[in-house]
Amino acid sequence: MTAATTSPAPATDPASGPSAGPPSGPSGVSQTAADRGPGGLRALAGRPAVRKLAVLALLAAVLVPLAATRWPSGSWPGALTVDVSGPLDRASDWIIDNRDHHPLFLYFFGHISNAVIVSVRAVYLTLLALGWAGVTAAAALLAWRVAGARVAALAAVSFALCGLLGMWLPTMQTLALMAVAVAASVAIGVLLGLAGGLSERMYRALRPVLDTMQVLPAFAYLLPVVLVFGIGVPGAVLATVIYAAPPMARLTALGLREADAGVMEAVASLGATGRQRLLSARLPLARKELLLGLNQTIMMALSMAVIASVIGGAGLGDRVYQALSAVDVGKALAAGIPIVLLAVVLDRTTAAAGLRLGTDRDAGPRWLRGWYAWAGVAAGTAAVALAGRAAGSADWPEGWTLAIAEPVNTAKEWMVDHLYSGVPVVGGTADWASGYVTWVLDPLRGALQGLPWWSLLLIVAAAAWLIGTWGTALTAVLALAAIGVLGVWDPAMDTLSQVLAAVAVTLVLGFTTGIAAARSPRLERLLRPVLDICQTMPQFVYLIPVVALFGVGRAPAAAAAIVYALPAVVRITTQGLRGVDPAALESARSLGATRGQQLRQVQLPLARPALLLAVNQGVVLVLAVVIIGGLVGSGALGYDVVFGLAQGDLATGLVAGAAIVCLGLMLDRVTQPTARRPGKGA
Amino acid sequence: MARTHARRRVRAPRRIRAPRRIRARLLTAAAGVTALLTATGCGAADMTKQSSPYANVGGTKSVTLSVQSWVGAQANVAVAEYLLDHELGYHVETVQVDEVPAWDALSQGRVDAILEDWGHPEQERRYVKEKKTIAPGGELGVTGHIGWFVPKYFADAHPDVTNWKNLDKYAKTFRTAESGGKGQLLDGSPSYVTNDKALVRNLGLDYQVVFAGSEAAQITQIKQFAKEKKPFLTYWYQPQWLFNQVPMVEVKLPAYTDACAAKGEKDPESIDCAYPTTPLRKYLNADFAREGGKAAAFLKKFRWTKEDQNEVAEMIASDGLSAQDAAEKWVKEHPGVWRKWLP
Repeated sequence: MTAATTSPAPATDPASGPSAGPPSGPSGVSQTAADRGPGGLRALAGRPAVRKLAVLALLAAVLVPLAATRWPSGSWPGALTVDVSGPLDRASDWIIDNRDHHPLFLYFFGHISNAVIVSVRAVYLTLLALGWAGVTAAAALLAWRVAGARVAALAAVSFALCGLLGMWLPTMQTLALMAVAVAASVAIGVLLGLAGGLSERMYRALRPVLDTMQVLPAFAYLLPVVLVFGIGVPGAVLATVIYAAPPMARLTALGLREADAGVMEAVASLGATGRQRLLSARLPLARKELLLGLNQTIMMALSMAVIASVIGGAGLGDRVYQALSAVDVGKALAAGIPIVLLAVVLDRTTAAAGLRLGTDRDAGPRWLRGWYAWAGVAAGTAAVALAGRAAGSADWPEGWTLAIAEPVNTAKEWMVDHLYSGVPVVGGTADWASGYVTWVLDPLRGALQGLPWWSLLLIVAAAAWLIGTWGTALTAVLALAAIGVLGVWDPAMDTLSQVLAAVAVTLVLGFTTGIAAARSPRLERLLRPVLDICQTMPQFVYLIPVVALFGVGRAPAAAAAIVYALPAVVRITTQGLRGVDPAALESARSLGATRGQQLRQVQLPLARPALLLAVNQGVVLVLAVVIIGGLVGSGALGYDVVFGLAQGDLATGLVAGAAIVCLGLMLDRVTQPTARRPGKGA
Repeated sequence: MARTHARRRVRAPRRIRAPRRIRARLLTAAAGVTALLTATGCGAADMTKQSSPYANVGGTKSVTLSVQSWVGAQANVAVAEYLLDHELGYHVETVQVDEVPAWDALSQGRVDAILEDWGHPEQERRYVKEKKTIAPGGELGVTGHIGWFVPKYFADAHPDVTNWKNLDKYAKTFRTAESGGKGQLLDGSPSYVTNDKALVRNLGLDYQVVFAGSEAAQITQIKQFAKEKKPFLTYWYQPQWLFNQVPMVEVKLPAYTDACAAKGEKDPESIDCAYPTTPLRKYLNADFAREGGKAAAFLKKFRWTKEDQNEVAEMIASDGLSAQDAAEKWVKEHPGVWRKWLP
């Protein structure tokens, strides 16, 4: 589900579920179309690109001979690395030795941790007091109030299903944790967003930080959080907040900055004070962005639910994690489905609330409006909760469960038995895996590790500069160089080769599916629930079947990454193609273009910004899962992070984490379409 | 051209710059929040005294046990949980944590007890001897052993594979896509104690250690190999329920000696002999050991055999019983064993 969230231009089309949308509306597309037209490729290779390459070539001509003679090795030269393991080990020891009595921990982190525990407990006890009937009623009534009857029904059914799957208590624990984490993320995000939205200087300072957060795989910063807060709920909540606050900050700032200048002028001329202007004009004008921010924050927080279980987050995530270690896909699925359901319900609710903004929702009888309705929601919940308590226990009734673990496991076994090997013509998954490793990954890794380090820097610089500005190129090169300096060049190249290969497969599959879905609305409707599930299902759930199919190693990690990244790519492609100006298509058709010609010469060039965004998203998402792939034998940086977490080894884990961040930054900059820089998308 | 256009758009709304007064207000607000934090922060908040927010709901006494990922450990915890719950009236929370972080959590009081530890000298020195935040809880009664294993169907066909000296002969047989041109030695979770990389190097073997990254991945892979009757060489340990499903034979490594152990302690990179057999131990949080009442006394006395543990583990792993059901069944059948543990 991070798909929706890591999107630089978070889901613009709330109706499409937890999805990522292209940043540019039809207007943006048609404008680019005007200057590119069918000869897009030639325009791309036009003069600016040549000039940039010339500058780079000049730089290279001066610097490369210097570097190559000074450090002739192909891999990153040892002289240019900095060994940080000593200081990191000392830092880790210091924290462990002082954690129980140093004032910094007693008076600062201790209070944060305490506050988290107290609030999670308060929410949890409230949920338990409401009982299953009360919680289900509250969810349905709230959804009905803000999003209408259909979403309300969805909410009621979903909560009932969580109970039916035997996951009521874990669901409540996750809900309590999420509520606190989302509240904290929203508070922090809005504060940061206000600062960034009101002050240009703050905005410029915040931008790079938020950009970095967006490409940061969550796995990378679990270790420092654990070290400070220890295993348990406080650490889990904080990791979730770090992950989920950035979109809120970004969208708040965006909403405030985009306030209609005319309206602001009018308000100012009416003599409103600064606070009045903020509260009565700017914030209300930005409420669509604020709601979208809330939506994104919730989705990101839920996607952290499972990852946070690695550091003791309890709840549903922990059930998934425990099932994973028992190699029990059925149980993992039983705990994963409630997460998907929660995500879908919360997404539809907030998205529908966003859609309803500005329409006259206050129609209808008096008792359905304003405070009456809220009071009604509260009264209804209380009544149902009391009735539920009177009728029986507050816990989900024990007999009412649906055992899905067995059938799911049988289905998985069947699938593995029939796909693993010996499938006629196409070969089994085991053959694919070994072919993919031998013929794709190994040569690619060999090439990346064999290329002289300076040539990789040059390639990255050229790629980033051609697609972006000299600033993005510089960031990309520095990020890559930082990896070398940290002394993890070789494992990073290993990870990079895995990412590149998986992205290539994702793009091929994603673009074909996206094009097909854009042409056939029926296919798109069929695909939608599948994509929703792929995007929100915790990756841990499908790590095990993937290992059974592809064996241990880099192939299963790639398969998991592709499953995870594909939905975003398909969605963005479909929406991008759909967003193409109908007039342009119509005129192409009237000129007698075949469907293939329409696609190649009109739709694809016009949808170029969306396609570039799809590439960018694909890269970021694949990287996130390739890291989790450390759990199934993908090795390299992912394994180092897992190792660091498992052994409490800050030096290994943090260095690998930092290298992943650099890799993410580099890949993001290299694939970042320029269209993203302007206000709207960023 | 899109870019120049873009730049203009970012810069255009200059008017939006925050008026001085708003900025001043924000500053005041920030100062206020800081002051508030400092004011409430006058009391110390000790993280080691904070328990899980889900614990002790409804006024029950609760104990938190660390449950490791392997099923043997789950068997310990399930039986302890059942008895604590049914005989002593405690509510038991379980947390799944990796081994080293579990020591950390134990020291902080996030977890009250670890029931099966495979030997972590560094942590023991730090927490038991120096900080005294963890108290030893005695032996579990089960002995653990780590080694290299090949499937029985392969060892039967090629009996000489069980000596490490002949391993190179079979390197080609154990090759996979991941191990490249060498034989594959499958290793498991990064949290487990392993010298395999050093062993392969120091014994001069033509093998590549491939880390599965998690025990789940390793088990899945072993089962898949076994289903296909393919040869494999893997790091594995006893007692482990998987032996009942996939019979495996140990490969003899150079014998474990005190001299070799001493050398390995000085420099882990130089180790060149087999793994020792480890008596598995229990550890308790020091405060819990003192003030934990009956629960602490019970956990200190908890001691059973490899057969007992395997019986429960197998019910969980192969018979598909839930941990609770398996524990209940065992408890009903062996009252003689557990009666002695009750305080």
